[in-house]
Amino acid sequence: MKPPLWQTIGFYTLVGLIVLQAVFPFYYAILTSLEDGQALFEVNYLPKALNLANYQAMLTEGVFGKQILNSVFVATVVVILSLFLAVTAAYALSRIRFRGRGLLLLTVLSVSMFPQIAVLSGLFEVIRYFGLFNSLWSLVFSYMIFTLPFTVWVLTTFMRNLPVEIEEAAIMDGASSFTIIRRVFLPLMWPAMVTTGLLAFIHAWNEFLFALTFLSTDSQRTVPVAIALISGRSEFEIPWGNIMAASVIVTLPLVALVLVFQRKIVSGLTAGAVKG
Amino acid sequence: MAETAKKSRLSRSRTRSAWLFLAPMLVTLAVVAAWPLGRTIWFSFTDASLDLMSDARWVGFRNYLEYVEWGDGEGQYYGLLADARWWRSVWNTILFAVVSVSFETLFGLVIALVLNQQFRGRGLVRAAVLIPWAIPTIVSAKMWAWMLHDQFGIINDMLQGLGLISQPIAWTASPDTAMVAVLMVDIWKTTPFMALLILAGLQMVPQDIYEAAKLDGVPAWRVFRKITLPLIMPAVLVAVVFRTLDALRVFDIVYVLTPNTDATRTMSVYARENLFDYDQFAYGSAASTLLFLVIALITITFIMATRMDLEGKRS
Repeated sequence: MKPPLWQTIGFYTLVGLIVLQAVFPFYYAILTSLEDGQALFEVNYLPKALNLANYQAMLTEGVFGKQILNSVFVATVVVILSLFLAVTAAYALSRIRFRGRGLLLLTVLSVSMFPQIAVLSGLFEVIRYFGLFNSLWSLVFSYMIFTLPFTVWVLTTFMRNLPVEIEEAAIMDGASSFTIIRRVFLPLMWPAMVTTGLLAFIHAWNEFLFALTFLSTDSQRTVPVAIALISGRSEFEIPWGNIMAASVIVTLPLVALVLVFQRKIVSGLTAGAVKG
Repeated sequence: MAETAKKSRLSRSRTRSAWLFLAPMLVTLAVVAAWPLGRTIWFSFTDASLDLMSDARWVGFRNYLEYVEWGDGEGQYYGLLADARWWRSVWNTILFAVVSVSFETLFGLVIALVLNQQFRGRGLVRAAVLIPWAIPTIVSAKMWAWMLHDQFGIINDMLQGLGLISQPIAWTASPDTAMVAVLMVDIWKTTPFMALLILAGLQMVPQDIYEAAKLDGVPAWRVFRKITLPLIMPAVLVAVVFRTLDALRVFDIVYVLTPNTDATRTMSVYARENLFDYDQFAYGSAASTLLFLVIALITITFIMATRMDLEGKRS
């Protein structure tokens, strides 16, 4: 039984609208980033110019290149560190029975609900105390507050659903727990680790409040803060072309990641929320 | 006998290694979360300033509320709870959370229902829908700031082209529309997240229910209201709670899109301004503490209400 024509048309119109609203702002940012001078101040719906001057300005003048490297460094180290800490913790939380396990998991989960602003003044003191102010390590360190609970949570759920039999033989053979994690679990955990790693990377790449507060010089900043702080001498001289070029540069890798790993990201996002 | 002794030794050694494995994670969380939170709360009861944190002295509830008497029986209340700007930001935060989460749920539901249909190019549509979610918040704020520009913005151009407005609107600068602008950007950016969570709920609804309803000739709208909606309600509720907690701490979008205006200042923005811009460290800490209390209350209520399965007993 085929649905009536008006229904089909209506449905595809809706689909078209959904796609258009999702894609248009980014499309328009790319379009603006390719315009220069006077062309910038005419509203165009279709690409009219293909001028790379804005990109050239961002990448060759100033410290934007260095700032990209800062972001790459912070996000990468955050992913490695939180995965390492979370895999061992998730093993203990999912495979070993001990008292207080449920409460512990609850505590870890509740940390992910913390508003960042609630720890900001305390963290600021800690970071100054360790001499990390204006160092990229201050971000690596503070980002653990949101990557770690989430990673532990998802990996624990994942590990708990693996059958008991896989480690029984290893325990009988007297393998140490660390060997069990490394030889038995790690090979099975890749899918979950890729998912959580990706989400941790995106989160660290996008974070703004800590990066704004704990870093004070331009060459140390990460890209979100760098973009937020691009300004002209007055309100009428804001270099929109440069801002859009910088925005496209930092967003393209993320959009690529999302398109390539679409399924993994979706399963990670929903595992974090729905399974609870 | 020997067997049980061996077993209990084994289980004891496993318990020991469990704590050993947990230690690095727990220490990290203690240093980045528990200790700073405790210090924030402590600062809120002191006279700490940005430069003199270690000399902070206890001042009681003065940062929250204090009645200063002027002598002749008159006086005035001071402190956070007597600050109109604070209450304005509480109101802004609540308004933001309620409106953004409502629209995100509604749009998310529509998108999820569309993505749950079989049609050609569904994978591509789903990928496209994810794009706003992948764009960093700061970048979306800047992109929209440009699109909403009062003179050169494409949104004003569109609305004028459609004849909906006669004058360009200064979306982000005017106090009347600043909140609308913030809401617009947030709804655009976060609806994909909502849609995904609801879609996951939709995909758990068994297909044969729909088949049966179709055979019985039940109209689509009734099927949705009587079957689909009740079945996906748990997933929707979880998504709504997650998003609400997130919306209550909103900072980035407001700070970048509409800096320094009473019309959109939220609790997080208010707290950070006091902490680092106005050198009112203790006062800002008090604001942070109150925001934390609100969110903690909602979280605890939620966990109690859903009796979350933490031990994995059900699975």
